[in-house]
Amino acid sequence: MTPILSIQQLTAGIEEREILKGIDLVVNPGEVHAIMGPNGSGKSTLASVLAGREDYTVTGGSVTFMGKDLLEMAPEERAREGMFLAFQYPIEIPGVSTANFIKTAVGELRKHRGHDPLEPAAFLALMREKMKLVEMDSSFLNRSLNEGFSGGEKKRNEIFQMAMLEPTLAVLDETDSGLDIDALRIVAHGVNALRSPTNATVVITHYQRLLDYIVPDVVHVLWNGRIVRSGDKSLALELEKRGYDWIKNEAAVEA
Amino acid sequence: MNSEQSILDDVVGSEYKYGFTTDIEQELLPPGLNEDVVRFISAKKEEPEWMLEWRLKAFRQWQSMQEPVWPNVSYPKIDFQDIIYWAAPKKKDGPASLDEVDPELLATFEKLGIPLEEQKVLAGVAVDVVLDSVSVKTTFQDKLKELGIIFCPISEALRDHPELVRQYIGSVVPPSDNFYAALNSAVFSDGSFVYIPKGVRCPIELSTYFRINARNTGQFERTLIIADAGSYVSYLEGCTAPQRDENQLHAAVVELVAHERAEIKYSTVQNWFPGDKDGNGGIYNFVTKRGICEGAHSKISWTQVETGSAITWKYPSVVLKGDHSIGEFYSVAVTNNKQQADTGTKMLHVGKHTRSRIVSKGISAGVSQNSYRGLVKVLKVAEGARNFSQCDSLLIGDACGAHTFPYLEIANATATVEHEATTSKIGEDILFYCNQRGIDTESAVALIVNGYAREVLNQLPMEFAVEAQKLLAISLEGSVG
Repeated sequence: MTPILSIQQLTAGIEEREILKGIDLVVNPGEVHAIMGPNGSGKSTLASVLAGREDYTVTGGSVTFMGKDLLEMAPEERAREGMFLAFQYPIEIPGVSTANFIKTAVGELRKHRGHDPLEPAAFLALMREKMKLVEMDSSFLNRSLNEGFSGGEKKRNEIFQMAMLEPTLAVLDETDSGLDIDALRIVAHGVNALRSPTNATVVITHYQRLLDYIVPDVVHVLWNGRIVRSGDKSLALELEKRGYDWIKNEAAVEA
Repeated sequence: MNSEQSILDDVVGSEYKYGFTTDIEQELLPPGLNEDVVRFISAKKEEPEWMLEWRLKAFRQWQSMQEPVWPNVSYPKIDFQDIIYWAAPKKKDGPASLDEVDPELLATFEKLGIPLEEQKVLAGVAVDVVLDSVSVKTTFQDKLKELGIIFCPISEALRDHPELVRQYIGSVVPPSDNFYAALNSAVFSDGSFVYIPKGVRCPIELSTYFRINARNTGQFERTLIIADAGSYVSYLEGCTAPQRDENQLHAAVVELVAHERAEIKYSTVQNWFPGDKDGNGGIYNFVTKRGICEGAHSKISWTQVETGSAITWKYPSVVLKGDHSIGEFYSVAVTNNKQQADTGTKMLHVGKHTRSRIVSKGISAGVSQNSYRGLVKVLKVAEGARNFSQCDSLLIGDACGAHTFPYLEIANATATVEHEATTSKIGEDILFYCNQRGIDTESAVALIVNGYAREVLNQLPMEFAVEAQKLLAISLEGSVG
């Protein structure tokens, strides 16, 4: 089985500061991986490097996505190849409706894959269907992207876009932050509904709470730029009970 | 000044005299401006005596005027004696049909993406093409004639309808209005004349494409549109110019007159050569556009999409004289690289219960400077006047500038005046977000800019809205990343 994502000895940083100090991670089709860790451990940096944010410099290692060198690709190519990042802080675009934005994004994706654009009526029906998945009213389609949306609505809009783009790999960066329990449940329901044997999800989170709803196959603990421990979902529960300090202490001893 | 002028006259005049006295058929005057040049232009166009006198008066006024320095733009001083004031296409007689138009000229139009033929047939647009100084083509005349509509080059109107021209020319923008209006009045080459009779709704969009073609030739268009009581007309002005090295001055005057319950919609898509990346070349666009809502319940609406020119200095305005008249101004002004734009509007409320609406969308990229300058003036007699102004600025990158100069002069306490302004920026965060959804940076900029400008683009007739949308994307190419 070819892995969807294979990261080997990845080191990266911002300006002169090294943040990721050798990450190894393999994600296979059908799997959900959770990456947990205290603040400042490098979780969001990993998400940004995978998506290709220019502020970060990769200094070593390799990332293979669906058999291709991910680091060689521009951010939009990565997206078109099937990599999706649900942003921790989704941005607002005044004047561009949600419908027009997602129509453009899906259009680029279909063009990349050599498909014709969808008929407007079919596309509208598809958007409405996917909006239901995250319990969003279709009136959001006519509103400027994320403008005036609540925190929860922005996160649901991320999952709506994910549903429209059907990525091979979805990276959810702190999608649970700022969500109340109802919104969390809705978002998790959306993510679970999109799971399939051919795609994979990487859930980045600080808290175990989200993992009650999106149950991971593998849990990794990121600390100081390295994955210091991996295990099954019980690891998340253990972290919840004992906090991150025992991991930090253990890591310090091993080092 | 006087001694300087006389020296200039001597130097330029001598050369020039040789030019025109010995060869009245010549197609290009040598550079320079004096009364003889004005006489020459008027003679060339076989104008009535009063027109020549009008021009000469304007010329004398111009000589006593100063170039305005208040716009927020900078450029090297213009030598008005180094400009050619007359250039005509080689063909002396206007062609009767498209077959007679120089094929090379047609090829140029094709290259610029102006499908003349297609437009005539598909869009139902009557086109009056002004190439340099003389109109070479007018279409749909017969159809318009049936309705009593006059749509022709202003030189032709001077010949066939002198009383109409005499009544209205300079009535909205008098020659003494400003430096460039005076200059234009003295030397205007040609332009369009439109008259819509009482109660007639013009069934097609009237359109003129302007081109600046001869090297180093100032272009002085004069347009006059009169909508008689209860009539309606939509007029489109679109411009592109081939790339060139030297700065060119363009100082047009447009006058609109709307009588009782008449409506004039004037749309502009302006895409003259903006200069290269380093700011070389490009058109200086110093235009005076003004309309008067003469009668009660009349309406004048200006819509402009300004992407071209090195420097734009332009304030399409409305004098709201008739009671219950309406003035509108919708504008998208794009500046990229080293372009400078100082544009906006003036709404002068005179009549009772007059209304005005201003929607201005500035977009700055590169190291350009984009200024909105607007005046809303409510006179003491203008009972119950209302104005709404929306001035938005969009910045692309860190090196450009956006400026807003809104002036309000309200002399009647019953006036309602609202002003809203926003500034936003297409920053790296927005672009990265779009990239992450598979949208590359150029497409993202186009998407955002078109969304931002939509309210204005919606005011344009359909086929021009599409063209304008493309134009926005093209003019911002390479502005990020």
